[in-house]
Amino acid sequence: MKYVDEFRDGEMARRIAARIRAETRPDRSYHLMEFCGGHTHAISRYGIKDLLPHNVEMVHGPGCPVCVLPIGRIDNAIALATQHDAIVCTYADTMRVPASGGLSLIKAKARGADIRMVYSASDALGIAQSNPQREVVFFAIGFETTTPPTALVVRQARALDLKNFTVFCNHVLTPAAITHILESPEVRELGIVALDGFIGPAHVSTVIGSQPYEYFAEEYQRPVVIAGFEPLDVMQAILMLVRQLNDGRAEVENEFTRAVTRNGNETAKSLVAEVFELRRSFEWRGLGDVPYSALRLKDAYAQFDAERRFDITTRPVADNKACECGAILRGVKKPADCKAFGTVCTPENPIGSCMVSSEGACAAHYTYGRFKDVEVRAA
Amino acid sequence: MCLALPARVVELVPPTEGVIDLGGVRKRISLELVPGVQPGDYVIVHVGYALQKLDPAQAERTLALFAEASADAAEGAE
Amino acid sequence: MRSRSDYVRPVDFKHGRVDMTHGGGGRAMAQLIEELFARAFANEWLAQGNDNALFAVPAGRMVIATDSHVISPLEFPGGDIGCLAVHGTINDVAMAGARPLYLAAGFILEEGFPLATLKRIVESMAAASREAGVPVVTGDTKVVEQGKGDGVFITTTGVGVVPPGVEISGDRARPGDAILVSGTIGDHGVAIMSLRENLSFETTILSDTAALHGLVAVMVDAVPAIRCLRDPTRGGLGTTLNEFARQSGVGMLIHESRIPVRAEVNAACEFLGLDPLYVANEGKLIAICPPEDADRLLAAMRAHPQGGGAAIIGSVIDDPHHFVQMETSFGGRRIVDWLTGEQLPRIC
Repeated sequence: MKYVDEFRDGEMARRIAARIRAETRPDRSYHLMEFCGGHTHAISRYGIKDLLPHNVEMVHGPGCPVCVLPIGRIDNAIALATQHDAIVCTYADTMRVPASGGLSLIKAKARGADIRMVYSASDALGIAQSNPQREVVFFAIGFETTTPPTALVVRQARALDLKNFTVFCNHVLTPAAITHILESPEVRELGIVALDGFIGPAHVSTVIGSQPYEYFAEEYQRPVVIAGFEPLDVMQAILMLVRQLNDGRAEVENEFTRAVTRNGNETAKSLVAEVFELRRSFEWRGLGDVPYSALRLKDAYAQFDAERRFDITTRPVADNKACECGAILRGVKKPADCKAFGTVCTPENPIGSCMVSSEGACAAHYTYGRFKDVEVRAA
Repeated sequence: MCLALPARVVELVPPTEGVIDLGGVRKRISLELVPGVQPGDYVIVHVGYALQKLDPAQAERTLALFAEASADAAEGAE
Repeated sequence: MRSRSDYVRPVDFKHGRVDMTHGGGGRAMAQLIEELFARAFANEWLAQGNDNALFAVPAGRMVIATDSHVISPLEFPGGDIGCLAVHGTINDVAMAGARPLYLAAGFILEEGFPLATLKRIVESMAAASREAGVPVVTGDTKVVEQGKGDGVFITTTGVGVVPPGVEISGDRARPGDAILVSGTIGDHGVAIMSLRENLSFETTILSDTAALHGLVAVMVDAVPAIRCLRDPTRGGLGTTLNEFARQSGVGMLIHESRIPVRAEVNAACEFLGLDPLYVANEGKLIAICPPEDADRLLAAMRAHPQGGGAAIIGSVIDDPHHFVQMETSFGGRRIVDWLTGEQLPRIC
């Protein structure tokens, strides 16, 4: 696969790793947060940590839209199917998230709720067209990468004058989340969490561009390197962050130049601006209420807004007391620090948000890396 | 929400779609978010939509940067 | 006076559909059995028309295995539920190192199921059975009401005989043993995914469904001391290795770069966010053998048409936690854990 395989070359990885080892200063440590869940997954899947020196520590961020989706919103999605008899179309990632009452989308489906897995927003539109007598709701989740496709189908729905199609919008914004982390007491005041720099998300940045990150670099004096999705991209970005920190710089650099420009995708951005507007506040699981961090449909598109059509109110649902997801999402604790990790809370039976999605910090660590927590004698 | 892949556009399907090829697997996707794409171009694909064109020149430059970073290591380091 | 024989209209395989009488035990059922099943499978046992099949018990140890097949779609690139059923049970028997002898097949048909499709499936089963040299000697047919089935479910049971000196079982792996795979992984699962609703590809990926008893016979002949054999069906290579690790009380260390995967299967898995390690296979096997026999076993496998792509992928190690560790082609290490639930395509 062109533009994929070359960026996974093991030999090159070892050499970049040697460079990182050569340039990291032994008298300090480097705490780097990879914001994007896709990067968390890549780091675990390729065992990148094994290639890094001990004083470079990767802190996992909250860039996993499934992980930060509040339980109450999943309850709403289930209710749309069970109480309003709507066909609820969702990406597969949400199917197993545990919701209230021991339910999940997949369990509700097993009980007869018409919940359908779709690969693309346009599939949901197709289902609405094929089932004119039924209400069809698209459960829209995701950061800025996934928002433009939703905007497109809303516009298409209007062009088709569909009467039975709505979107339950849970789109969230990356820069708001990063700000929230940097503003959290542990980081800002108490200095408990050392966060020296950020690896910026890959595909979110193809849409929003590198420009939005310039604010953090400036305001919080932390370097940001936007990294591509492949493991060599991540390693190169780590090297670039180490260099910035050694030089005392706090700039936005772009490692993913083959797909990210300063302004991003203008077509996609203006489409999103046409269909959506900012919510004043939105609850993020594990982070609490985050201002100006999420989107909803504009009044002009009200007829496609599931929250308005079905008069949805979302009940806040507290997480299990033993759950340390909030701290983990902010980078304050690690999965192994949580008492429930690996015992009560596993991918099969997830208690908290970090375990529900395969790119949540706990799920990634459990699936790929927990053997490092115990002593294993290799042959 | 990031799982996206670089794929080659092999065919245009007007008005807004195209067929992409990744490692021999073909799929029809929407090109509506990236106007001006031509067969032979590479695009980043996410949930059935092209999000951005891939710049081959930049891709080569990035690979060269990796090699440069690691070349220093080969002579430098331990 | 000569009596006029009753005219019996032949079963309408072109346009007919299964109805409740086909499972009722009466004439309609007998006719379906005679005109479809007995005709397709064509052997002395079925010709006798009994509800059972009689055979002499060969000397030695016997193996029995059973599988139920509920796959959807029923027909897919490279095969169908019929030949899959035959291959699947032959393989389960073969994985004990046994020579498969006979098969039994039970059919649960859904009312309304097109007879044309049923005929295609049964003839495919018969062809697979003939090619493998393992006859379907007895069977059963039932019909359920429309909506209570998925077209057709098939259950196959097989018996075989194990040669003396062969002790193959999932709990026999020991630290130091070599781990081998007979060819590329992930083909079947991806061929199926390509047809499922909402996921469409135009690929040349075919299911790898195949009977492996010929390959197993050659392997056991070359290396009688083989410790473990299993075909990695649902849950894929990753699950089978974890099963062996748990059964044997050992760990494993495999190398990603040595695991054969077709480029298109890799690409399709990338698209869907699937891990080829967990995708089903229906014509491949995993073998574990003593380290000194690995090269000889590999050579024997590669010389056989079904083992052309065989590879040694790793070794068994001592590990009280029974982890299956993998050296990634990237150079780092991760574990290959048990699969959580059913693998659903990812987008993030």
